[in-house]
Amino acid sequence: MIRAILIFNNHGKPRLSKFYEHYTEDTEQQIIRETFHLVSKRDENVCNFLEGGMLIGGSDYKLIYRHYATLYFVFCVDSSESELGILDLIQVFVETLDKCFENVCELDLIFHVDKVHNILAEMVMGGMVLETNMNEIIMQVDAQNKMEKSETFIFQSTRQDR
Amino acid sequence: MALKIVKGSIDRMFDKNLQDLVRGIRNHKEDEAKYISTCIDEIKQELKQDNIAVKANAVCKLTYLQMLGYDVSWAAFNIVEVMSSSKFTYKRIGYLAASQCFHESTDVIMLTTNQIRKDLSSPNQYDTGVALTGLSCFVTPDLARDLANDIMTLMSHTKPYIRKKAVLIMYKVFLKYPESLRPAFPRLKEKLEDPDPGVQSAAVNVICELARRNPKNYLSLAPLFFKLMTSSTNNWVLIKIIKLVSCFCVVKYLGLLAMSKILKTHPKSVQSHKDLILQCLDDKDESIRLRALDLLYGMVSKKNLMEIVKKLMLHVDKAEGTTYRDELLTKIIDICSQSNYQYITNFEWYISILVELTRLEGTRHGHLIASQMLDVAIRVKAIRIFAVAQMATLLDNAHLLTGNMQRNGICEVLYAAAWICGEFSEHLENPMQTLEAMLRPKVATLPGHIQAVYVQNAAKLFSTVLKSQEGSTEGTAAQETSQLMIDRLPLFVQSANLEVQERASCILQLVKYIQKLQQKEVEVAEEVSALFAGELNPVAPKAQKKVPVPEGLDLDAWINEPPSESESEDEQPKAIFAKEEPKHSRSRHTEVDEKELARRREARKQEQANNPFYIKASPSSQKVYQESPGVEHIPVVQIDLTVPLKVPGLPMSDQYLKLEEERRQKERADKKKKEKKKRKEKRSGRGRRHDSGPESEEDITPAHMVDIVTEEMPEMCLTLNHKVCDIQGNLQDGSQVVVSVIFENKCDSLLKSMEFNVLDSLNSKLQRPEGSGPHDGFTVPFQLPPGVSNEARLVFTVQSIVMPQKMKGTLTFIVKNEDSSIHEKLDFKLHFTCTSYLITTPCYSDAFAKLLESGDLKCSSVRLEEVNMPFHHLLARICFHHHFSVVERIDSCASMYSRSIQGHHVCLLVKTSGQTVSIDAKCDEPTLLGNVLDEIKQTFSQC
Repeated sequence: MIRAILIFNNHGKPRLSKFYEHYTEDTEQQIIRETFHLVSKRDENVCNFLEGGMLIGGSDYKLIYRHYATLYFVFCVDSSESELGILDLIQVFVETLDKCFENVCELDLIFHVDKVHNILAEMVMGGMVLETNMNEIIMQVDAQNKMEKSETFIFQSTRQDR
Repeated sequence: MALKIVKGSIDRMFDKNLQDLVRGIRNHKEDEAKYISTCIDEIKQELKQDNIAVKANAVCKLTYLQMLGYDVSWAAFNIVEVMSSSKFTYKRIGYLAASQCFHESTDVIMLTTNQIRKDLSSPNQYDTGVALTGLSCFVTPDLARDLANDIMTLMSHTKPYIRKKAVLIMYKVFLKYPESLRPAFPRLKEKLEDPDPGVQSAAVNVICELARRNPKNYLSLAPLFFKLMTSSTNNWVLIKIIKLVSCFCVVKYLGLLAMSKILKTHPKSVQSHKDLILQCLDDKDESIRLRALDLLYGMVSKKNLMEIVKKLMLHVDKAEGTTYRDELLTKIIDICSQSNYQYITNFEWYISILVELTRLEGTRHGHLIASQMLDVAIRVKAIRIFAVAQMATLLDNAHLLTGNMQRNGICEVLYAAAWICGEFSEHLENPMQTLEAMLRPKVATLPGHIQAVYVQNAAKLFSTVLKSQEGSTEGTAAQETSQLMIDRLPLFVQSANLEVQERASCILQLVKYIQKLQQKEVEVAEEVSALFAGELNPVAPKAQKKVPVPEGLDLDAWINEPPSESESEDEQPKAIFAKEEPKHSRSRHTEVDEKELARRREARKQEQANNPFYIKASPSSQKVYQESPGVEHIPVVQIDLTVPLKVPGLPMSDQYLKLEEERRQKERADKKKKEKKKRKEKRSGRGRRHDSGPESEEDITPAHMVDIVTEEMPEMCLTLNHKVCDIQGNLQDGSQVVVSVIFENKCDSLLKSMEFNVLDSLNSKLQRPEGSGPHDGFTVPFQLPPGVSNEARLVFTVQSIVMPQKMKGTLTFIVKNEDSSIHEKLDFKLHFTCTSYLITTPCYSDAFAKLLESGDLKCSSVRLEEVNMPFHHLLARICFHHHFSVVERIDSCASMYSRSIQGHHVCLLVKTSGQTVSIDAKCDEPTLLGNVLDEIKQTFSQC
């Protein structure tokens, strides 16, 4: 199971936080801060796994992260998940974002965190991996966006009708 | 209408969407908190409006603020409102907000049940989709219970997009509402074979999570998973399945089982997985833990024993439940004591382990620990000092063991402690203190049999204490000790246990008497200690066999005369030399009369008398061979009963007692010597005979070679070559065999203080210098500088020569380096073959024929196949190796003769045809003959 998915930038500013367990807002902020501390002080050339995060889960849990330009993607998972599987999942996530946002950068995530959530929702559901096939994910995201657009169009046209 | 439009546009003018909010926050870095609080006020205003678009926009902004750490639970009701919008756009915003900030204690959740149900059954798959996604984050037990059926229906939805989400969310439902698992499971299992890979993957995910919690229940799915593993191309699914299979304990179990089979044939390959096996000791499943323990038992070696036991000890500390802990304890002891402590290199360590084990609470295996302590202390002499010190501490702290009634089982070790301290009291540092500890009033609460041992050993200690106190100047101290005994013993005299009572009263009376003598200033210590003089030796289980039968009891004498028929049956004569002497064998066949019977009985008795493994019969003298010149009677075997039983088969555990450090040091040194020691040299020397016959000038005097079989001892740095160089037949006191042993020092250090000792058997004894005891060794009268060899001669007394003998022995010596000296040991075996008792004796053909005709000789024969050598070489070989002489040779047939040191005649008729050699033999001692023939066969099988 995945306990939490966090995206924050090189300064620790959260860009997305998704917790699959309930924590209070304060605890969530603390987790983000501590995770940032743990992850940011690690060299680029060390491994992408970190064990024993104190706040989430304890010894059975580990942090699996990747650093892309200005952003850290961190997954907090328990021992049922394969480290390499999750690394691959992060890659799929980032590539999907790249496709959806066309050359994704931090600003896309800053201004469209709701869209990022919608993409993530097609990959991970309730802490469990739902889909790992990027094409399938993009297809579903696009279909929903199309639906949203058509609704906005109807909404706006009804407005204009009045 | 126009107003509405205006109002709407005004609304929208004021409306800040998410991007505006983000931008605004970024522009107010200085007073972010203040800016956000005004935003929140705006959001509150927006939420009050009826327009759902405005509300949705507000909720969207709240979701963002929630990420920044703002509590937005106050808007929960508005979120529910947005969720229930008919528009997908708003619905999705609502469900996202709910998934981010709803949790079990959010009370508005109960208002959502019907809305969610409606969304689940929506014709739009994405409505259903967002509902499932949202629900997966905030599902509560109530929601799970109410919606389980709806979700189960969705598992069979036509759209795979819905199916996979429905399958995945079932895990959350199971967690919150476990009752749903049973009805849903068949369908879940079905989904493993769903045509859509996404649905398959979801099903695998769910089952993997379930199986992680309770693997056994999902074992039946293993074949299905195996099929998926071979067919699926989805990496994620493959990873999950592999993870799952590894948590099926049965795989672990089967693995361990397989390992135990591999262990028997390839122990090394299993030993490399030691850590893995040790990990299995932590397994939840007891059967796996026990399997792992069994494996450990098989894979210990001298090298890893300490390490493994150390880890086991950690597990003992951690183990929950006394059953498993007791199992661990017995296994530790089993592992250490297996094959007579084969793997223990340091007994101090083992004693410490045993002492540590006594600290276990509530174990049932006190007696086991106790028996190990006793066994080690008795059998490993060198450990006694250490053991006694440890046991004295145990006795001193006995209250720790007995303090708790729960720990009753462990007080058994006090039995061992008391006995060891008493028996080996000479090693005690402070016997007086231990004596006091053993006489504490608290002892009376111990079980009876332990008290009895306490009392008895207190007496032993008392004698030791007296000895030391009388030796010193203070005469009163000894009297005080007696007074202590007299003060304390009455406590035991009152014991309800008869054994304790009896011993206590006996000893009390004795001490009172001693006290009287002391008051008359008589020195009593000597006499008191005489009570306990002598050493108790370990006795092997089979020792009873070695106990001589009392005089006058003949176990072989017939009680009734046996029926003659059966007698003739069991003595079917064998047709050896039959062709040459048909008359002879026929006559034997027919004349089975009383006289013959008596003669045979006599012969059998004689055979038994000569067989060291037989209990000796009556002291009547027995004839060896009447016609043999100068041959008298075989001596009566007198067994000195004052000599304690010696058990030759008992391994000497002493050899393992070495400090670990010392061992390592030796190992290092050993590596250097490895090459040297490999080539173990055997040199055959020349035998000399005192009773030199006419053929003593012969050039090929056979060497009486005796092999030393050194036991596996990697530390060996010295080779022994030895040979029997002198055999003297002296029938008055058995036979003396002189063995010459060549000591060759192959290491780089001086060897000194060599002491050569063998374990005497009943049949063969090392002749020791006068005045030394039966266990004392023979001190080698020289030192060996590096590279030097020297010879020592040892005299053995051999009673019976009809069987080959192997004697175990030990050579102890000191290896002296520049800075240190190490005590070393070398174990070896002396091998006395029957051949070595034969003396080449000439015989003339007419005397030979007479001998064969006499009818007193037993026949036997042996056949040698594929002997590829000329006949005369073959004869020379028999002469050389087995001390025969050729009597007569006709073509490919020869007769040979030899005589044993005790006058047995051995006649051979050797015939060859092609590569087959047949040897027919006769001897008046069938056992000897059989063994000699075996040895001849051995000689030819080696060439």
